[in-house]
Amino acid sequence: MGSAATARRMQAWGLLTPMLVIMVGITAWPLMRTIWLSFTSTSIGGEPAQWVGLENYWQALSNTAFQESLGHTLYFTFVSVSLELVLGVAVGLLLNQPFKGQAFARALLVLPWALPTIVNAMMWRLIDGPEYGALNALLVQTGLLEDYRSWLGDPDIAMEMVIVADVWKNYPFVALIMLASLQSVPADLYEAARLDGAGTLARFWYVTVPGVMAPLSVAIVLRTIDAFKVFDVIYVMTKGGPADSTKALSFVVYQEAFSYLRIGSGAAYAILMAGISALLIALYVAMLRKQEGST
Amino acid sequence: MKYQRLGARVALYAAVALFVVVTLAPLYWLLVMSVSTPVALTRIPLQWWPDSWDFSRYTKLISDAGGPVAERFLAALRNSLVVSVASTVIAMVAAIPAAYSFSRYPGRQGVLYGAVAVYMLPSVAFVLPLYLILSGLGMLNNVLSLVLVYCTILLPFTTWMLKNNFDQVPHDIEQAAHIDGAGVLGVIWRITLPLALPALGATALFAFLLAWDEFFYALIYTNDIRAKTLPVTIADFAAGRATDYGLISAVGVLAALPPMLIGLLLQRTLVSGLTAGGTKG
Amino acid sequence: MQQRRAILVAALVAGSLLSAAAHAEKTLSALFMAQAAYSEDDVRAMTSDFEKANPGVKVKLEFVPYDALHDKIVAAHGAGSGGYDVVLFDVVWPAEFASKGFLQDVTKRIAVGDIPKVFPGAWTTVSYKDKFYGMPWILDTKFLFYNTEMLKKAGISAPPKTWGELEKQAKIIKDKGIVKYPVVWSWAQKEAMICDYTTLSVSYGGKFFTDGKPSFHLGGSLEAVQYMKASIDAGLSNPNSREYEEEDVRKVFSNGDAAFALNWGYMYNMAKDPKESKVVGKVGIVSAPGVDGKTVASAVNGSMGLGITAKSANPEEAWKFIAHMSAPATQEKYAKLSLPIWKASFSKPAVKQGQEDYVNAAAKSLEVMAARPETPVYQELSSILQKNLHSVLLGKAKPDAAMKLASDAAAKLK
Repeated sequence: MGSAATARRMQAWGLLTPMLVIMVGITAWPLMRTIWLSFTSTSIGGEPAQWVGLENYWQALSNTAFQESLGHTLYFTFVSVSLELVLGVAVGLLLNQPFKGQAFARALLVLPWALPTIVNAMMWRLIDGPEYGALNALLVQTGLLEDYRSWLGDPDIAMEMVIVADVWKNYPFVALIMLASLQSVPADLYEAARLDGAGTLARFWYVTVPGVMAPLSVAIVLRTIDAFKVFDVIYVMTKGGPADSTKALSFVVYQEAFSYLRIGSGAAYAILMAGISALLIALYVAMLRKQEGST
Repeated sequence: MKYQRLGARVALYAAVALFVVVTLAPLYWLLVMSVSTPVALTRIPLQWWPDSWDFSRYTKLISDAGGPVAERFLAALRNSLVVSVASTVIAMVAAIPAAYSFSRYPGRQGVLYGAVAVYMLPSVAFVLPLYLILSGLGMLNNVLSLVLVYCTILLPFTTWMLKNNFDQVPHDIEQAAHIDGAGVLGVIWRITLPLALPALGATALFAFLLAWDEFFYALIYTNDIRAKTLPVTIADFAAGRATDYGLISAVGVLAALPPMLIGLLLQRTLVSGLTAGGTKG
Repeated sequence: MQQRRAILVAALVAGSLLSAAAHAEKTLSALFMAQAAYSEDDVRAMTSDFEKANPGVKVKLEFVPYDALHDKIVAAHGAGSGGYDVVLFDVVWPAEFASKGFLQDVTKRIAVGDIPKVFPGAWTTVSYKDKFYGMPWILDTKFLFYNTEMLKKAGISAPPKTWGELEKQAKIIKDKGIVKYPVVWSWAQKEAMICDYTTLSVSYGGKFFTDGKPSFHLGGSLEAVQYMKASIDAGLSNPNSREYEEEDVRKVFSNGDAAFALNWGYMYNMAKDPKESKVVGKVGIVSAPGVDGKTVASAVNGSMGLGITAKSANPEEAWKFIAHMSAPATQEKYAKLSLPIWKASFSKPAVKQGQEDYVNAAAKSLEVMAARPETPVYQELSSILQKNLHSVLLGKAKPDAAMKLASDAAAKLK
């Protein structure tokens, strides 16, 4: 018995080996190295690195650019994920209704989701152009807007325009999950609820919601983690401007390391950012565990 | 009652129409920009249907006569294909036994969650040391380096998706094969994989799309046409001397075609794969 | 231990490279920018001339947007054999690149006799602490472009000589309804905005540093910001300037949507090209204005140089290439989008022909060309300035307060 169990254990680890080698080789060591770098004054070129303890962290936390970018990142994450949830659920429900052309409409949902992020960002940047952009043209020609205006150049609205671009591409992911989980809610549950005299709203609340809650909440946490890392959309659409109003955390890290050449404090920024992500990831793992326990 | 139902039908179709328009309008405009003359695009009021369809940017991008523009675009296309395919293949080969292990040998959940956590950490947490290592080895600006780095993104993801799909493959057939004396790898190869074939396809395609979309590492680790991928090249095209919106749009359309076609063709599998793999425990 | 291994790897790599080089031809890798000045086609043509004259050497060209140029040079510094041999660098970087050891000192390679033949402003582009780190290649500054037809319609006989006159003329043009926003600039939150700001600041007699301390909030440096803001508030400057780069400015001007534009010299011939422009035959160019009683004209040093990277394995060939690119013959042949660095070239018919106005304006501007702040932490200083300046232009902060913030933040830089 003992040796059979050991053999099984060996087999289990053996099968894991290729994956572990790659993951540990390419991520574990760099991660530790980033942590180490964050305590040093390493820079590209220039003087040799010295141990500086927590100085990089203090400097980061007291740096207004870092604080502001954290604010921008949280705002971006919260607003875009909320919108993605609302729109995703709404469109998921919509496309779950029977209507002519349903298959076609569902296929459309895949398009924004499969569009490469960079292409999406570039497309929206051109659409949002102040002088010759299609958005201005559309709004003015339909009378919704009196005159052409600046979108990405206005600090009061630039972030919202970036969010529009991000939501347009990413809410279909939530909608796809919604659709799939709606189909997994057993039809007889609805029937039973109807027999019990439950109205449309009650059926939605007591049958649909519990059925889609779990996959949806996981999808939302996934989107949150992803949104928190935002870089490419902003890089193409605004480069962090106007007046730093769309500068996200990953942007600040990039700048610290590759524009200002301070690898050490760049690493500290990265670790702080990873720490916040880790909180979100812990939430995700906890949710998975809970689901695993319940099913 | 009848009116109510009619009203509901009208509302339903109106909502669907709105959805269709909102989804297609930006894409339509991207296409229009790619075939319009520069003068047409700066016209006010803007014209929504081009008077002439000019496909010269596309020929400029993919023909030998396109000169440096074509050279840059085709090199990026080649690099993107190489990187995406190679990293997908490696990730699948390493993920299959790992996923099987997680699925059939209970325990080691911590390892699984650890891998998933690594997938979710922001790239900036790894980018600096990897940069220093690659530069030490003279491996920056190298397609191979991107393949390796992308594996760290694809591998946790593919392992996770495959594990969930393997969970749904019945164990009893495998048991029978075991009794017949087949080794573990033989069982995976001959029994499990054929049964999980659709999931395998969906997972590989997901991985491919992830690699196709990656920007951050590629931006930092590549310098020129030897290694630049499509996303970086598109960002280059869209910055600097970028007055030809049509050309940028054409690049965008071409870069979007492969993932969109894949998405459309495998729409059903993708959705079920997504729910089974991405969000269920 | 680790270091020893790194040396070993480096030696192996170098060894294999050397033995390969003995048999095959040498390939240089060069980094250029896809923005303003010489076009990509020009650079390719110059390079192919070089390759024809030097059969053993091939040059691989790479073009990135200006925004990516600095970071690419830095990042490639570590790339070993994957890096560049020759890089194009901006006038504001030599301090940083030299002090960090990214570029080779080429002082000895430059013939002493050539020094007086080149405009002094060009030399400041490549020098740091009395040493040269490259050869000047692009000699450029911001000019004031104007639409001759619009000025005529407004009854204006001559383009403005001072910023005050520019304001008055723009007002006339606006009031007569000739164009909605008469002036367009590149005031996106990028380096281009700092170039426009510097142009204005020096014409107001502003100093970036007073007694070694940043003084963006004092005197002319502040007046420049106030001027910029006022011209937007008055509707004389295109409000979209605040998200424009050079190419957007060119597009607006070439589309006939502006009477005045501040831009680099490359716009002159592009605005005269019927394929690119709707204002052919209406393009005027003069030096950027000055300020009454202070300056007669203004110009920012927007030049760029070509240098050899510290890690280049082929410095000899690299220098040969640089020498070819900056030679009078090459520069005179491609003088439409960027003027030569050589004084004598300015009087050559081949250079002057068809663009006398441009050459004359340039000759005047070069006399007054001023530098942006010289510091090894320029990138960071610039981004502090950009942010605060942009806040003012966007109405998010008062000029004096924001520029004081900029000075304070800049004072903390090491």
